[in-house]
Amino acid sequence: MLKTFLIGLKDLKIAFRDRAAIIFMLLTPFLLTIGMGLVTGRFSSNDNSGALNIPIVIVNLDNDSLGDALVEVFSSEELADLLETTTSQDAEAARALVDKDEITVAIIIPAGFTQNIFSANASQSEEHQVEFYANPSRPTSAGIVKTILDGFMARVDEMRVGGITSVTQLIISGRISPEQANAVAEEMGARFENTPTDSDETLITLNTSTNQTETNEVDMLAYIAPGMALMFLMYTVSYGGRSILAEKSGGTLTRLLVTPTNSMQILGGKVFGIFLTGAAQMFILIGATSLLFQLQWGNMLGVILLVFAAVFGATGWGLLITAFARTPNQVGSVGSAVMLIFAIMGGSFLSTENMPDFVQTLSKITPNAWALDGFTSLAFGGDTASLTTPLLALLTMGILLFLVSAVLFGKKNLVQK
Amino acid sequence: MTNILEVQNLVKNYGDFQAVKGVSFHIQEGEIFSLLGPNGAGKTTTISMLSTLYEPTAGDATVAGHSVKKNPMGVRNAIGVVPQDLALYEDLTAKENLIFWGQMYNLSGKPLTSRVDEVLEQIGLTDKAKNKVKTFSGGMKRRVNIGVGLLHKPKLLFMDEPTVGIDPQSRRAILDTVKDLNKQGMTVLYTTHYMEEAEELSNRVGIIDHGELIAIGTQKELTKQVGETETLILHVGENEDPSALVSALKGLPNVIDANVVNNEISVVTPSAKDVLASVVTKANERGIKIHSIDIREPNLEAVFLHLTGRALRD
Ligand SMILES: Nc1ncnc2c1ncn2[C@@H]1O[C@H](COP(=O)(O)OP(=O)(O)O)[C@@H](O)[C@H]1O
Ligand SMILES: [Mg+2]
Repeated sequence: MLKTFLIGLKDLKIAFRDRAAIIFMLLTPFLLTIGMGLVTGRFSSNDNSGALNIPIVIVNLDNDSLGDALVEVFSSEELADLLETTTSQDAEAARALVDKDEITVAIIIPAGFTQNIFSANASQSEEHQVEFYANPSRPTSAGIVKTILDGFMARVDEMRVGGITSVTQLIISGRISPEQANAVAEEMGARFENTPTDSDETLITLNTSTNQTETNEVDMLAYIAPGMALMFLMYTVSYGGRSILAEKSGGTLTRLLVTPTNSMQILGGKVFGIFLTGAAQMFILIGATSLLFQLQWGNMLGVILLVFAAVFGATGWGLLITAFARTPNQVGSVGSAVMLIFAIMGGSFLSTENMPDFVQTLSKITPNAWALDGFTSLAFGGDTASLTTPLLALLTMGILLFLVSAVLFGKKNLVQK
Repeated sequence: MTNILEVQNLVKNYGDFQAVKGVSFHIQEGEIFSLLGPNGAGKTTTISMLSTLYEPTAGDATVAGHSVKKNPMGVRNAIGVVPQDLALYEDLTAKENLIFWGQMYNLSGKPLTSRVDEVLEQIGLTDKAKNKVKTFSGGMKRRVNIGVGLLHKPKLLFMDEPTVGIDPQSRRAILDTVKDLNKQGMTVLYTTHYMEEAEELSNRVGIIDHGELIAIGTQKELTKQVGETETLILHVGENEDPSALVSALKGLPNVIDANVVNNEISVVTPSAKDVLASVVTKANERGIKIHSIDIREPNLEAVFLHLTGRALRD
């Protein structure tokens, strides 16, 4: 265990001493992030070229204060770059549009939504819930929309609970009778209804910031930076794979095998080294972009978990490539090809949403796609719970690839006897 | 004296090819034992089995009481290995390499760092300790390569052709290091294809060829096999063409053989002083100027030639 750790640490040291590796692990993704940021207008103010324009349709069957407020939020100036909102009165037609993939999300506000919320005994039944109908093939965009909706609903809940509590207090203190309570609550609802128009304050914020007066602009870098980091994470894992074969051809593997260290410790150490280097790379890139561009990566624990899972999945790919290759150089060239293909398929350059269906399906084999989903939802305010799918996918990917690579390494007889 | 190494009928096949064909020998504690043989003789393969890297196809060996087959970990703790090819991390400094390899031999903390300093001193690289290995000359790298094998003060040190491809000073330094280590009590198994190294270093020598140990013993015991011959070495000028002289020398009475390598003519004879006069006369007749003459007792080169009909050097 200790030796596994020491071997990994040694590899981390060597990687961060290799000038070429530093250029590819850190400098290139960083510069590309800046470059793409410039192209998409992140660094010039109020430029619309970086718009995501996720198409959504809102079906407002409520036509009451809260339903209208929701429509207003989704059509607001602040979200114009992010969403392309249309409204409709036909729920069935809206769902059909989503099914046909012409629209990413349909939000259906049921009739009586406002009434139900402000009645003292609000029903939790489904017919009174806002329906979020999303196309499963667009998890990232859907996640963004869901985050905005959740933000709105959380705010509504807060108001409602606040309202009910006040009403309850009034009853307890004997100021009003229970019979009067409903009327009072409705009056509070009416007051609440005016809030958004009365002040400049928007109903929701785009991230989990507890400071509700602060609204964040949609930051294209929140999409670009992880995309680039993940692309060059694939470089790092193939670099690590190359070092496994380099230790074989350079004689150090042989030498390790005649020290009192068993082959599992050695191989484990090499894998751990890849993992450590990849994680170090990701954290440095995340730290640098946060400091230099004030980029909000989102929930810290979520970012940490996602980095570890992404590096784990990517390490699996590094091992698989290594297991197939014969020479360190082969790992290098196959690794570069895989890096590019995965980056393109995984949405590092173009959002996968604009790609043909089969590419989108295929992109699920890349750690890039899953991790990018996760990073995007974190950047838009998601918490660790929103990472469940990407985390599980990345871990499963890593485990499968480790197993397959282990079998292949065994066949290859890395340690000749 | 106890045997620190006992080798019994060790065999190694690579597929159909038998690289080591049933080798047996032993090494006593405190000895320097050399395996002398040309390239491809099976020296590295033998060392690889003894150091538990390769499993023997047949036979076994015990190192410090541990069988290489049954207790490889016990063997690894007892031995130090200096591989034929450099096995170092070029991007790490000399010191970092030694620290890492020391950790692989289960050293840590203060004992590790003070041992690393000792070894740096011993290989004469204390002032270069903080330089990356990739900036080193071939000879310096070889010294680090040896240092790694010494870290855990092994009872038995395997050195596989540690002087191949380096300058004369570095070679001298390495040979002196081996002798020093041996004086301090380390037993050494040394492989080489240089006869002079085996002669200078070893208490006993095993001559290996085509995977077989064809002779074993002290230098005296081995040279006795050749019979009582001596070799005259004539050093001639650079511009001379001695080939005609060599054929003339072969025709002289009491000359067994004559050869030329570079500017050295060697004449094998039962008695050097009996043929000396006629050899010099022949050279004068042909106008070839002799700079100096040595007389050599039979050596391991002659033994190899005698046993195999071939020269040790390729
Ligand atoms: N891994 C291997 N596979 C096949 N043949 C090998 C292998 N290693 C060495 N050999 C062959 O075995 C013979 C002995 O090699 P080796 O032990 O390296 O000799 P030496 O160290 O004395 O030069 C040579 O003919 C060599 O070509
Ligand atoms: Mg060899």
